[in-house]
Amino acid sequence: MSKDTLTINEVRDMMLSVADKIIESEPILTDADRALGDGDHGVGMERGMTAVKEALAEKEFPTVAKVFQGVGTAMMSTMGGASGAIFGTFFRSGGKSLGDADTFGGEQVASFFQEGVDAVMSRGGAKPGDKTMVDALAPAAEKAKEVTGSPVSEALASVAAAAEAGKEASKDMIATMGRAKTLGEKSIGKPDAGAVSVAIIVATMSDYAQG
Amino acid sequence: MTKMKKLINDPLKVADELVQGLVDAYNGECKLVGARSIVKTDIPDGKVALLVGGGSGHEPIYHGLVGRNLADGAACGDIFAAPPPNIVFEATEEVDKGKGVLYLYGNYAGDVMNFDIGAELSDDEDIEVETVLICDDVCSAPPTEKGKRRGVAGLVPIVKLAGAASQTAGSLQELAAVAQKASLQTRSVGVSMTPGSIPATGKPTFEIDEDKIGLGMGIHGEPGVAEIPMASADELVPKMLDLLVEDFEKDEDVAALAEGDEVVLFVNSLGATTMMELLIGLKIAKAYLEERGVKIYDTIVGPLVTCQEMSGISFSVTRLDDELKPLWDMPCQSVCYSKMEGRYGA
Repeated sequence: MSKDTLTINEVRDMMLSVADKIIESEPILTDADRALGDGDHGVGMERGMTAVKEALAEKEFPTVAKVFQGVGTAMMSTMGGASGAIFGTFFRSGGKSLGDADTFGGEQVASFFQEGVDAVMSRGGAKPGDKTMVDALAPAAEKAKEVTGSPVSEALASVAAAAEAGKEASKDMIATMGRAKTLGEKSIGKPDAGAVSVAIIVATMSDYAQG
Repeated sequence: MTKMKKLINDPLKVADELVQGLVDAYNGECKLVGARSIVKTDIPDGKVALLVGGGSGHEPIYHGLVGRNLADGAACGDIFAAPPPNIVFEATEEVDKGKGVLYLYGNYAGDVMNFDIGAELSDDEDIEVETVLICDDVCSAPPTEKGKRRGVAGLVPIVKLAGAASQTAGSLQELAAVAQKASLQTRSVGVSMTPGSIPATGKPTFEIDEDKIGLGMGIHGEPGVAEIPMASADELVPKMLDLLVEDFEKDEDVAALAEGDEVVLFVNSLGATTMMELLIGLKIAKAYLEERGVKIYDTIVGPLVTCQEMSGISFSVTRLDDELKPLWDMPCQSVCYSKMEGRYGA
């Protein structure tokens, strides 16, 4: 049965399932980052998501925004590294754009991803095509704008597919940012580790929304 | 590859425990602040403050450079990860004595973002912050794009000079200018031979063929610009120093290394490379530089900028002028680097 919107508590539980999924995916993320970076992305995400679980579990939130801001603050203050600053910025800014909303529907999905990716680009200076997490986030945000009228389960499913496709497309890109940039053309063939994380996060959000 | 034997406890608490150990080593002269910052206990009021920082796991830098006539504090990240903004802010608040804080750290995307957010948080509290990035790795970008270079071993002489300058600097801008000059006059080149491991996972930080070494590889094990065959010290060291000399030549922002120039030569081990090898490297580098008429004003030799049990060596050259020399001569003391009054050969 497709859901039109998620309640505040459902958004919280959705993010708790994202946290579990990312923690479980640590070896995949570590391997992805070892190929192009220094291999610390998996452990960093595991640490951040462990803090997210502590920040969210059994807590009540007044708005959907506060749930996402809580996720961002937990990640930013425990992960460090580029990932902490960027994922923290993504969830905090995306969340903040939702204002007082007490449900998470197609419109909120669009606003969340668009504001989130804009803030990430302004913080880190990455553009689409630089082989970063922006390459999964930007197509996700584009897709979210197209499906604002859909029930949240359908919207997130479309957004997840776009993020996955974006992650796959990052394989063919040449890294120009972060530690992978010194690899140049040798970075072709593997996806960016941050984009892998984004794809897992959005897929898990979608899985939750399917019920 | 067999997993390294590591004397640790919970892999996720390695950074917290090592920073506590560092504080203990300072025996009261430094304290733990906030989540994971180390700050001197006796910073005088009205002093322009110097804050360093970066990922842990590279000891004795970055936090080992907190000390007498060196940095006032350090924001310590997790293993190989930049410190989060709240840690940067907590350190900033503690070192600030009313004259502002200079952030001096290696140029990595994660560090820049987190220190920038830390600076924004500090600005909210009316603490003035300036930033000078350390970008000394000549192999990581051409001289026309120095802003894209990684910060590697050169941070030791740069922080030494900035720490000395901070003792008498009249303003934050004055200190930033000295740090900028020291940074511009410092260049490093490194090779990596075998990887270190990530303490939490035991996995190697990179892979490389048995008979190859990574020229220009970063201290986090970022792959180098070229993989070249392993060679003897006599073959390899001049090849590395050629890159340094060429870089001074090609860079329009500095003069070429010329006869009569005086430099500090720093020979660093990435961790597993032995003092025996560093000394062989030092001997070759000294002869190489003196052949070009460049004088060695002072030397540093040792494993100060490391990446666990990674093996590799780097050479850093800092050219001194009349402003930097007295700063170099100032004694300093820390867990990472100490220097007495005077120097060998003077």
